[in-house]
Amino acid sequence: MLDLTWLLIAVPLASSFVLLLLGKRANPWGHWLGVAASGTAFVIGLLALIQMLGLDAHDRSHAVHLFSWIPGGELNLDAGLLVDPLSMTFVMLVTFVGTLIHIYSVAYMEHDPNRRIFFAYLNLFVAAMLLLVLADSYLLLFVGWEGVGLASYLLIGFWNQKPEYATAANKAFVVNRIGDIGLILAMGLMFTYLGGVDFATVFAAAPEASTAQLTAIGLTLLLAATGKSAQFPLQSWLGDAMAGPTPVSALIHAATMVTAGVYLIVRSAPIYEGAPAAQTVVAAIGAFTLILGALIGMAKDDIKKALAASTMSQIGYMMLAAGLGPIGYAFAIFHLVTHGFFKAGMFLGAGSVMHGMHDQVDMRRYGALRTAMVTTWVTFGLGWLAILGVPPFSGFWSKDKIIEAAFVGEGAQPWILGGAALIGAGLTAFYMSRLFFMTFHGKARWTDDQHPHESPALMTVPMIILAVGSAFLGLFLAMGDRFTDWLEPVTGHAEHHEPVLPVPVIMVATLLLVALGAWVAWRKYGAADVPETAPAASLATIAARNDMFQDSVNRGVFERPGTHLTRTLVYADAALVDGAVDKTAHSFARTGESVRKTQNGQVRSYALTMLVGLVIVIIVVVQGGL
Amino acid sequence: MSFTTPEIAWAPLAPVIIVLGAAAVAILIESFVRAAQTRRRVQLGVSVVALLAAAGTAIVQWATLEGAGTIVLDGMLTVDRQSLAWQVLIVVFGTLGMLLFAARTRAGEEAFTPLGSVAPGSTEETLARRKGMQVTEVFPLALFAVGGMMLFTSVTDLIFLFVALEVFSLPLYILVALARRRRFLSHEGALKYFLLGAFSSAILLFGAAFLYGATGSTSYTEIAQGVASVSGVDALVLAGAVMVVVGLLFKIGAVPFHSWTPDAYQGAPTPVTAFMAAATKAAATAALLRVVYEAFYGLEWELSWLIWGVSIASMLLGTVVALVQTELKRMLAYSSVAHAGFILVAFAGFPDGALSALPFYLASYGLATLGAFAVITQVREKAEDGTVMGEATRLGQWAGLGKRSPWLAAAMALFLLSFAGIPLTAGFVGKFVAFAAAISAGAWPLVLIAVIASAAAAFFYVRLIVLMFLTDVPEGQEDAVEIDHSPLARVVVVIAAAAVVLLGVVPGPVLAAFENAGVLLLGAAG
Repeated sequence: MLDLTWLLIAVPLASSFVLLLLGKRANPWGHWLGVAASGTAFVIGLLALIQMLGLDAHDRSHAVHLFSWIPGGELNLDAGLLVDPLSMTFVMLVTFVGTLIHIYSVAYMEHDPNRRIFFAYLNLFVAAMLLLVLADSYLLLFVGWEGVGLASYLLIGFWNQKPEYATAANKAFVVNRIGDIGLILAMGLMFTYLGGVDFATVFAAAPEASTAQLTAIGLTLLLAATGKSAQFPLQSWLGDAMAGPTPVSALIHAATMVTAGVYLIVRSAPIYEGAPAAQTVVAAIGAFTLILGALIGMAKDDIKKALAASTMSQIGYMMLAAGLGPIGYAFAIFHLVTHGFFKAGMFLGAGSVMHGMHDQVDMRRYGALRTAMVTTWVTFGLGWLAILGVPPFSGFWSKDKIIEAAFVGEGAQPWILGGAALIGAGLTAFYMSRLFFMTFHGKARWTDDQHPHESPALMTVPMIILAVGSAFLGLFLAMGDRFTDWLEPVTGHAEHHEPVLPVPVIMVATLLLVALGAWVAWRKYGAADVPETAPAASLATIAARNDMFQDSVNRGVFERPGTHLTRTLVYADAALVDGAVDKTAHSFARTGESVRKTQNGQVRSYALTMLVGLVIVIIVVVQGGL
Repeated sequence: MSFTTPEIAWAPLAPVIIVLGAAAVAILIESFVRAAQTRRRVQLGVSVVALLAAAGTAIVQWATLEGAGTIVLDGMLTVDRQSLAWQVLIVVFGTLGMLLFAARTRAGEEAFTPLGSVAPGSTEETLARRKGMQVTEVFPLALFAVGGMMLFTSVTDLIFLFVALEVFSLPLYILVALARRRRFLSHEGALKYFLLGAFSSAILLFGAAFLYGATGSTSYTEIAQGVASVSGVDALVLAGAVMVVVGLLFKIGAVPFHSWTPDAYQGAPTPVTAFMAAATKAAATAALLRVVYEAFYGLEWELSWLIWGVSIASMLLGTVVALVQTELKRMLAYSSVAHAGFILVAFAGFPDGALSALPFYLASYGLATLGAFAVITQVREKAEDGTVMGEATRLGQWAGLGKRSPWLAAAMALFLLSFAGIPLTAGFVGKFVAFAAAISAGAWPLVLIAVIASAAAAFFYVRLIVLMFLTDVPEGQEDAVEIDHSPLARVVVVIAAAAVVLLGVVPGPVLAAFENAGVLLLGAAG
């Protein structure tokens, strides 16, 4: 079965093509084909997992050769898959959560005339994501990386009849391209310093490379990761990406694609081993983003954008853990898995609420939905308890470990990172409780035409399954260090280190902060009345509502200089040279007024450009050469 | 001074002779076949058969080549695997270009003016159009161009370099001027191209004179020896080398020698643009490779200034100015300027890898270019009374093309993604091998700039894709654009698309073939 893992990618990809190629003929059954493709991938993955569990820990890494991709000379590169515990973890997460979300979408997208295309894109996404995690080289990973980007782009813009949605898709694309540059550069550096871009070569050569080289590679990889995983400073696209249909937000922008950056960092562990500085930057970015995301989440009234901010913040936790080295890798992935369940569950819950509330996303127009939508309320509640880190729900087992690990170290670092993680837990409790209470508790603030009702079974069953995962998966995987042992062949054995504070102190402090956050939220948004429009707010709140002015920063840092550069070059290309020539011509022949306006003048100016260029080049070369 | 007849090895010249011979035959056909329709068919048949025969002969030679190659015409030409690879490439571009030349709209209208020799808008022109006249001379002209380009790739002597340059340039100047619609624009582009081309030829010739003055020879090998024997570096040698290189950079379309590209690309009939963009760039790159590796290899450090500067300027200006274009052909022209910069990246440090990377890069670029322009020929403006007019090249007119014609739009998207260098397209592998060659020579700062430029360039390619797929047709414009499926243009699109995908997914065999092409008969002198 392990040799057949290529089917994991081939099946959804083929289904995607079939759905696109058959056109309207496939409309009546197309969505079920999509579900079946994703389900088949899950079954294949499960069989492979069972086979892998039967092997010894050190035999679990399995290479599958596909074909010779770019052969020849120094560039020999095969396309192959690497099936090991880390990639299998992702395979299971992507196919399981993916299949549930496919099923949910059958009902959610029922009235959309383009439902078949939606499923084609979803299948495409699943194929690309599996390629990303199964690739055995950075180059093939990059193919998947671009593939998920493409699918994400298509799905964000799926409802492109609204112009702002198309804009959101564009923004996601542009920001992701910046991240992609990082990955391309990293590959270039690897090729130069480590002699290849496949994992085996790179990781074998990494220990011999210098710290500076590894740091450069590590930082460029981090740039790639920040783009894909919406980490500071490339986080701004995630909020806008919520324009896509909600199942997309659940699958791509919560459970799977956005965590690809974490995967990239953990997979590149041997590089970061030799680059402590890059590792520290990873952890710092993670810690910063987790606070930033939490602050933004506190001020958002749009339920999906609040959840998006929360995703950003939770991935910040994973980044932080990934930046801690071997001690954190397993916890980063652990949190990634539990987060995949509870966040996807909550997104589906949000979709269910929107379904029942006429696509209303403003939480100030929700309230008291617990009676109208019991299943949604309970499943969402389980996700809420999980993300808060309340024992014994899933999030507790993963997040608490990260906080503990963040407190390990020497000097000021553990206090800063640990402190951020600890405060983040309190903030998370506040904004998630705010979201939960505003939506399901308090007084009903519905508009007149809203008649909330529970969603159909096709939607609630996936939510229930995810809720069960949110509740128990963490405990199941944490028992007897099951998950860390499973990942150990990949992430390496972590020596046990004592945190700077005793573990019980950290745990109690975390739980106290969580309780405090939830209590404040209850006082403000559960027990008290919530105004139907956002009240005037302090500068800090306004900043948070506006995503900490990230768009303005982007405009200032990237867009303006870009615009100026463009204008200058266009001007120089057309006007400047013409102008110079025109002036000369003017002094020579005033009568040539009409002639100058024709294209003849331009040819002269073109020729002058060439001549000036030639003279400059000759001077530079001759002067430089002599 | 005595003159000895050089010994000519005819067999290695066979592909070129076939093409140029067919061109001569095609001229005769012009005189003897009177009915325009028949003539067009015969011309297309003769051209395609000749080109396929030339490709076949070149491939047979490749297979049977003894050792590294043959020196022909007393050192004027070198036929080795490098030149054969380029020749095959140019013949392929030529064949696809010819198919586009012959493509016609449903109303039976071809891309060329009915009578090139009369003024636009004159009575004679109207008359010629009504009588169904056709300028089928485009076929022999293009055959001459292809023959000249094939010579251009194998030349190892500066005099012959100049001759080959003119052989392929002159027909192109005429071809550019023959557009059926917007003939003033076409004339303007052709005139600019011609004047600037003449200027650049003069620069090249001037450089050749300098080099002859400094080294006493026009042969690449002897120039290389001369360069090596001069103690220190001679200003005459340097100026000469720079001028020869600049003459070739003009043909490649690199900044600041690019000014002709937007006008010529826009003004030329689109099939000519397609052929010219793909084949000229390939031929000029091949010639530059050979002159640089065989004659100027010893000047690597001195010429690096030129390569780096021009490369960066091309990538920057091409990318940035393409961002603000609203005319599709001009946008692709500036994109070709940026690609000229990417091509030069592979030259940085004169790595061995460039000899096998650049044929692949140009193959991917040329195929995508031919495909993209073939798509452009099929998107037409429609007048209110329903008559199909010229090509719709304003960007806005492409909005919603994905809904009008999903397949055509998908093919265009594929070509654009290949230009942008997105994985699984030929363009990605092309960029990968070209940049890898530069990195192997230690030119990573240049590659860094190239990577950033190509990421920024992706933006305007994707903008068009968004326009095609995610934007609706503007209201009231539903009937303003018409898809005119011409079978021949369609064939070109399909072939190009298939090749772009194949070269992107399984580039192995082709890369391996070009790996063999990376050996010059005379070796890199220096």
